Amino acid sequence: MARRRREIGKAGWGRTAFSTVISFIYFFPVLWIILTAFKSHTDALSTPPKFIFTPTLDNFVSVFARAYERGGAAVDTHFDLFFFNSIFIAGASVGVALIIGTIAAYGFSRWPLRGNETYLFIILTTRMLPPIIVIIPIFIMFRLSGLSGSYIGIILLYAAFNLPFTIWMMKSFFDEIPREVEDAARMDGSSEMKIFFRICLPQVKAGIAATAVFGLILTWNEFLFALLLTGRDTRTVPVAMAQTIGGDIGVRWGLLAAIETLFLIPVVFVTFLLQNQLLRGVTFGTIRR
Amino acid sequence: MADIELRNLSKHFGSLAAVDDIDLDVEAGEVVCLLGPSGCGKTTTLRMIAGLEDATAGDIFIAGARVNELAPRDRDIAMVFQFYALYPSLTVSENLAFPLHAERITKEEIDRRVREIAGLLDLSHALGRVPGRLAEGEKQRVAVGRAVIRDPQCFLFDEPLSRLDIAVRQEMRGQIKQLLNGLHKATVIVTHDQIEALTIADRIAVMRDGIIEQVASPHDIFAKPANVFVAGFIGTPQMNLVEANVIDADEDTATVNMLGQEVVLPLHAEISLQGTAPRRNAPVTVGVRPRGLAPASETGPTTISGQVDLIEPMGAETLIHLRIGEDDLRVVTSRGHPAAVGETMHVAPTPGQVHLFDHDGMRIAS
Repeated sequence: MARRRREIGKAGWGRTAFSTVISFIYFFPVLWIILTAFKSHTDALSTPPKFIFTPTLDNFVSVFARAYERGGAAVDTHFDLFFFNSIFIAGASVGVALIIGTIAAYGFSRWPLRGNETYLFIILTTRMLPPIIVIIPIFIMFRLSGLSGSYIGIILLYAAFNLPFTIWMMKSFFDEIPREVEDAARMDGSSEMKIFFRICLPQVKAGIAATAVFGLILTWNEFLFALLLTGRDTRTVPVAMAQTIGGDIGVRWGLLAAIETLFLIPVVFVTFLLQNQLLRGVTFGTIRR
Repeated sequence: MADIELRNLSKHFGSLAAVDDIDLDVEAGEVVCLLGPSGCGKTTTLRMIAGLEDATAGDIFIAGARVNELAPRDRDIAMVFQFYALYPSLTVSENLAFPLHAERITKEEIDRRVREIAGLLDLSHALGRVPGRLAEGEKQRVAVGRAVIRDPQCFLFDEPLSRLDIAVRQEMRGQIKQLLNGLHKATVIVTHDQIEALTIADRIAVMRDGIIEQVASPHDIFAKPANVFVAGFIGTPQMNLVEANVIDADEDTATVNMLGQEVVLPLHAEISLQGTAPRRNAPVTVGVRPRGLAPASETGPTTISGQVDLIEPMGAETLIHLRIGEDDLRVVTSRGHPAAVGETMHVAPTPGQVHLFDHDGMRIAS
């Protein structure tokens, strides 16, 4: 008897199971963090690790208010401010990078300079060196200009770091859209401004969303510059998290896991919100429409 | 009413001359097709008229005024693009209204014009949709509608039908012709599809390698091709073009040695403008369309004989390939004509269907 042929476009049980196992291995660290966030201090430290335990929300409460000494009164940890800082700084810097980067990318795509490719390459080289190399000059510049510890300073810095990547990515999106449409608008009496805002920009919406998500994730997780260049009031979550480690009862893994779990939520939320746009953005130009 | 004039127009991309010193007049109300193979410069010519491409040399006049330095929007031209170039984020009605925004007219007037055009082009049902949700034929009609809504001085069409499938294409061809008849504007259409050019155009300009080979009415392009290129390019199946030597020639006939046979060709006593009548012993190219060869029952001084090599039924007619030595002679016969592969067949050129071209490829007699 001939073997029954599998339907095209459908994976068999074996492959599905295999993929599930691989996905689970990838997801395990995240799952472990989320589980730990709900464990008591003893459960979190137990060996062998516990998978069955009584969940508690104590860690989440401790994120925002806790006693710093054994038996002391609970004190505000200012983590609400740090979360606000992270959201505000990431949002503002990506916003600035997108505004400048999109306009620049349109310029590079439609009005190439003499030696356009060289300019683009030079822009990219700023992302080639590890950030640690430039940290000292930047630190001095921030000190001298008084930008240290201010919102504007860290926002500008992150915007500058997001810019090359934004320009490159947006340029590729602009390169993909047919110029005929712009020519048509030109003949229909549009100014170049109107062509950009009414014709081109709506066509790269998906690209803007994809670029924004990548920028947000990069900025959201950034640690080094935030550590050195933010002050007490402008501290971001990754820095505050690092400073939570320590204390008289050793590392409070449950507390750290709770911060990380909370820290994951905005990223998951934004990615979920933009996922349709994101998929379109990432696969942009792979199929001729 | 305005006309378009091109004078010594050239466009160079580096060392490549995409358009090389062409002259063309399109009168008000006239439809001229630029026809030619890919890369012949026809689209570049169109884009120069539109102002989307700068001319390297030469002048463009619209309604008698030189427009070389004018921006596209100041030339008062509407253009239909090959890939429609609809604004993807705007609805059909916004697409149609777009050119009117530059006109400074009231919103009510814009709405009225949009509805009128939509009704005319059978798009009323689709006004709220974005282009991505339209069928190819509908997209095409929106593109045409967007061009005609503004009442410009002239129209340009870049391969307007190339993206449509055959059934829709035939229907749209008729619609466009009807529409253009009603508009009475100077119109330039670029196409590589000769049927499109022959059916829509008042005159056809056949282009090759940046130059215009011939400008004439569809009838003359077909019946009196200026040279070998035009003769071979226009008409399906392609014209038979055979090397020959003139043995003798007078006003009504030319006796030539072609395909190893001596054949008396009927001429129409029409000598072309070059005025060089076929001379004895001169090498010529004989051009006869496959439909200009009639089967003959027996061999004679005016017939050519060959072996049936391939039979291609085309519906109403049948295309028969005759093998004569190394050459292939195409003959179109009526569907009922009996023929079998391998048998010998005699054909005779019909009077008025024979063209002689000199060694430079120019037509010297028909």
